Amino acid sequence: MRHHSAVGALTGLGMLLLVAGVATGAAQESHIGNLTGHAASGQKLYKRFCIGCHGPDGDGNGENAQWIDPKPRDFTAALFKCRSTPTGTLPTDQDLFNAMSRGFVTTNMPIWEPLAAQNRADLVAYVKTFSPRFTTEKAGVSITIPPEPAISIDGILRGRQTFQKMECWKCHGPAGHGDGPSASTLTDSKDNPIRPYNFAAGTTRFMCGANNQDIYRDFMTGLDGSPMPSFADQLQPAEAWDLVHFLRTLQPLDTPEARIWRQWVATHGKDLKPIGPDNGQ
Amino acid sequence: MTNATQLCVKGTAMRLTYIAGLAGVALGASAVAGVAGPTRAGGTVSGTVTYTGTPPKMKTIDMSKEPSCAKQHTTPALTETVVAGPGNTLADVVVYISAGDQGSTTPTQSARLDQKGCQYLPHTLVVQTGQTFDIYNDDETSHNIHPLPRPNGGNNEWNKSQPPGTPPIQTSWAKTEFIPVKCNVHPWMHGYHVVLATSHYALTGADGSFSLAGLPPGKYTVTAWQEHFGVQSQDVTITGSETVPIKFVFKATPY
Repeated sequence: MRHHSAVGALTGLGMLLLVAGVATGAAQESHIGNLTGHAASGQKLYKRFCIGCHGPDGDGNGENAQWIDPKPRDFTAALFKCRSTPTGTLPTDQDLFNAMSRGFVTTNMPIWEPLAAQNRADLVAYVKTFSPRFTTEKAGVSITIPPEPAISIDGILRGRQTFQKMECWKCHGPAGHGDGPSASTLTDSKDNPIRPYNFAAGTTRFMCGANNQDIYRDFMTGLDGSPMPSFADQLQPAEAWDLVHFLRTLQPLDTPEARIWRQWVATHGKDLKPIGPDNGQ
Repeated sequence: MTNATQLCVKGTAMRLTYIAGLAGVALGASAVAGVAGPTRAGGTVSGTVTYTGTPPKMKTIDMSKEPSCAKQHTTPALTETVVAGPGNTLADVVVYISAGDQGSTTPTQSARLDQKGCQYLPHTLVVQTGQTFDIYNDDETSHNIHPLPRPNGGNNEWNKSQPPGTPPIQTSWAKTEFIPVKCNVHPWMHGYHVVLATSHYALTGADGSFSLAGLPPGKYTVTAWQEHFGVQSQDVTITGSETVPIKFVFKATPY
């Protein structure tokens, strides 16, 4: 009986929300897997959990914002760093859901996994109401990430060449310490100073996810609103995977890539050309 | 007047580099007309864009961090916020029909933007809505092209890397806007994509002159846009095939 009435109540709620959804458009909803998020529910959660930093208007000017660096995201601009979609396109609902769930290490944005998945889906729906782009445009199509090839020293060395050739070092520095020649001049799209990622910063402090697929995605989509461009037009999937494997060697971690790399450097290191302007390529 | 002289010399040097960089491309004349074909029926609006007062002095760009670009400049490159010519003329001013246009079509030919010597050539690229343009990297260094349209205005910000020797990036803009564009790797690189609805436009050269030809009889608003000084508009009426002279004078302050 109880089960029955609960289903009835839920169905009734669903009907109500469905009517609301039809009246105000699909941007009031989010779709994450089997979940459908609703902006009306998200609004209440937003006022409780998000408003302090992101502000009542979603423009990142909450009362805490002045104390925070990097600044809270301005949802009205609809520019998001962590996307699965090409540069210049809107993120998918899943992208926003993942970002919220994951939080942003190195910033004040916490992990929101303690909130139920439905709550997070509702919040995604509400966050999307701050920019009209979500009603006038569809999300971009997520990039395809082919299966990761086996890690090899040849692949890592090719990735190192790509790091040189694509001039990643101009910002991220020859050793990936975030200290390249252009590093000190970088600003985000709101003219706030921003630092390039320092691969030596430690453990798994990647903003958009810490596994190899996430890193692949970072440079193939670019981090919109930041100086990090998309390399999708420049790198073939195999080259991109080689670059991921090389980037892993820049971290002070005991990864499979780092093990292979350190072993190789111990015997062949003296033949390596330095990354940077003196590479001689 | 030392400042003005420097600016004027620079203006000429800029044009020369510009022409060299765009050899074979139909740009680089004193005024770049948006309308092809000189013998179109209708009236003409022509004149010059000048300034009074003292414009800000353009700064020397230190390209020492990018030797492959620095070596392309025999004299150090200057910023291009205000490019003044002899006789207080202003270059890189977009003069266009902002109201009264009686029908413009999107050109099928792509426009061209070059990145050369770590500068944008032209500094101000004028295109029409929906018109494709190709962005070339002529340098021996990577650039990233990072246009910054205003949010939710119909044009979306994007950011793409373009290493040396890679094919041009073809793109277009959907809505009219004055879009700043920058390269994050080379922070001094700054330019504009000016997106217009009309095909009646001109970009002034060093002599500050412009000419909008082929205007059918009617009332028009002519607008001049300069990235630092802003916009000015004037109303003109064309009755036949006459040439209506107009002048735009911007008030310049050093800061």
